[in-house]
Amino acid sequence: MIQVENLTKYYGSRLAVESVSFEVGKGEIVGFLGPNGAGKTTTMRILSGYIPATSGTASIAGFDVLTQSLEARRRIGYLPETVPLYTDMTVEAYLDFAASVRGVERRKRRQRIGEVMRLCRLEDRAKDLIGTLSKGYRQRVGLAQAIAHDPDVLILDEPTIGIDPRQVVETRQLIQSLGREHTVLLSSHILSEVSMVCERVIIMDRGKIVAVDRTENLSSRLRQGQRVELVAVGPEAEILRSLRSVKGVWQVTSKESGERRRYEIECSPGKEVQDELASAVVRGGWKLFELKATEMSLEDAFLRLTDEGRARG
Amino acid sequence: MRNIAAIAKRELRVYFGLPWAYVVTAVFLVASGYGFGFREETYMDTTLRGFLGLASFFLLFLAPALTMRFFAKELESGTIELLLTAPVRDLEVVLGKFLASLGILAVMLALTLYYPLLLLWFGSPDPGPIASGYLGIFLLGAVFLAAGLFASSLTSNQVVAFVLGSGIILALWLLGNAADFAEGVAGSILRYASISSHFPDFGRGLLDTRGMVYYATLVVLFLFLTLRSLEMRRWR
Repeated sequence: MIQVENLTKYYGSRLAVESVSFEVGKGEIVGFLGPNGAGKTTTMRILSGYIPATSGTASIAGFDVLTQSLEARRRIGYLPETVPLYTDMTVEAYLDFAASVRGVERRKRRQRIGEVMRLCRLEDRAKDLIGTLSKGYRQRVGLAQAIAHDPDVLILDEPTIGIDPRQVVETRQLIQSLGREHTVLLSSHILSEVSMVCERVIIMDRGKIVAVDRTENLSSRLRQGQRVELVAVGPEAEILRSLRSVKGVWQVTSKESGERRRYEIECSPGKEVQDELASAVVRGGWKLFELKATEMSLEDAFLRLTDEGRARG
Repeated sequence: MRNIAAIAKRELRVYFGLPWAYVVTAVFLVASGYGFGFREETYMDTTLRGFLGLASFFLLFLAPALTMRFFAKELESGTIELLLTAPVRDLEVVLGKFLASLGILAVMLALTLYYPLLLLWFGSPDPGPIASGYLGIFLLGAVFLAAGLFASSLTSNQVVAFVLGSGIILALWLLGNAADFAEGVAGSILRYASISSHFPDFGRGLLDTRGMVYYATLVVLFLFLTLRSLEMRRWR
C-alpha cells in the first residue's frame, strides 16, 4: 500500500532523510519510531504530498506521490504533527470542509461526518468552536478529519502527543480499531506506545532506518540484555576497570559521588554474568553492598539500537 | 471547480462570522458614504464620481486588510498543511481564496447601491457612468485583492502581510503621480502601468478595453505570483 524507495530529502544543505526504503502492506499498522529530528515527520510529509523528496520515490496504492500526486492524496488521510485546525470553525463545519476538499460528495457528507464524529466521540462537541476545545478533543478532531473520506491509508504524525494518559489509551484504541480496515503508518517517539499498537516497527535515527522488525521480534531482540545495578565501596577507576573486564559486559557507568558508588552495568542476560560481577568486586577486595538485576527497558534497548546504527553509519 | 467552491465557501463562512468583517465593511461604507454625501459632484452633476474616488482610495487599504489573513493565518496555524495535502490543486486553493475575497468585495459594493438609487429618486443621472463606475471599482478592487492575497502568501504574519499588500498597491498607484514628471515614452509607460490612471475613465462612462486588459493582467499576474509563492514553500 505504501512503497518507499531510496527516499532522500535535503533542506538546503541539511540532510533530513537519507536513502530510506520500506514498504507497508495492506491492512498493516506500522510504527515509525525514533528520537526527535530522526526524519519521521519529513518522511511523512513527503508521503502526504506536502513536500517533494530531493530524490527517490514513494507511492501510495501504486500512485507516485509526486507525479500522480492528486490520485495518491485522494487515498491518504493525514494527521500532521501540528493538528491543522481552523479554530474559528465549529467541529461540524470543519469536518464538512475537510470531507469536501477530500472529495466526499455533498449528499454523503452529512452521514459520513456523523459516523466519523461517533467514531472519534465528538458528537457532544459538534457545535462547539474548535478554539474552545481541550487538547485531547482537538487531537480527536484532527484524527476525525484524517478519516473523513474513509481513505485507504492513514498517516498519523505523533497522534498521541500532548494529551493526557486516559485519552492516550482511548486514542490508541481508536487507532487500533481503524487499523482493521485501513493501512496505518504512525509515528511516535514512545516505544511502548508503538509496540502496543503496531504490528511492525521501523526505527529511524538521524535520517536513516536503523531497524525494521515485527514488534514481538523487536521487543524480544531488544530485551536480550539486562541491566545490573551494583553498589560498592572502593577506588572508582579500578572497580570500573575490573567490571568492564567481565565477559558479557557491554557498558559500565558510575553514578553518585561519595563513598558508596552506584555502578550501572548493561550486559548480556543470564545469572552467570551477575555472579561474575559480584566475584569481580569481591576479588578486588572491595565491599559489595547491593546487586540488583533488572531487565533492560525498551527505551534503553532502543537507545542502544540507535547508537549501534550511528556507529555503523 | 467543486474544490474551488468548497475553499471559497469556507473562507466566506469564517469571514462573515468574524467581527472583523463588519468593521471593514462599516469603515468602507462610512468612507464611501462621505464621498457620496459630501462632494459636490453628487449634487451638481448627479454622478457617483465623489463616491468612486474616495471608495477607490479606501479600498487601497481595506483590500489588503481583508486578504491579510487568507494565507498568513494558514501558514501561522499550520492549517496550510491540510489544504496542500488534500487532493486539490494549488491553483484551486488560490482561486478559491480569490473568489471568496471577490465575494466579500461584491457584498461591500452591493451595500452602496442605495447611492445610485438615491440619485435616481431625486434626479435623473446618466446610468452609463454609474454602471461603468461600478465595473471599474470592482475591477480595481479585484487587483487590490489579488495583490493582497500575494502579500499574504509571503508571510505567516498578518500585520506584515497587510503592510506588504498596501505597499505593493500604493507603489502601483503612485506610478501615476510619477508619470506626471516623466516625459515622452517613459511618461506614457508609467501612466499605463499605474493603477490610478485607468480608473477615472470608468467613472466617466468610458469602457476602455486597455484599462480592462490592464486590470485583468494585473489580477492574473498577482494570482500567478501567489501560486508560485505557495509552490516555493513546498520546495523549501
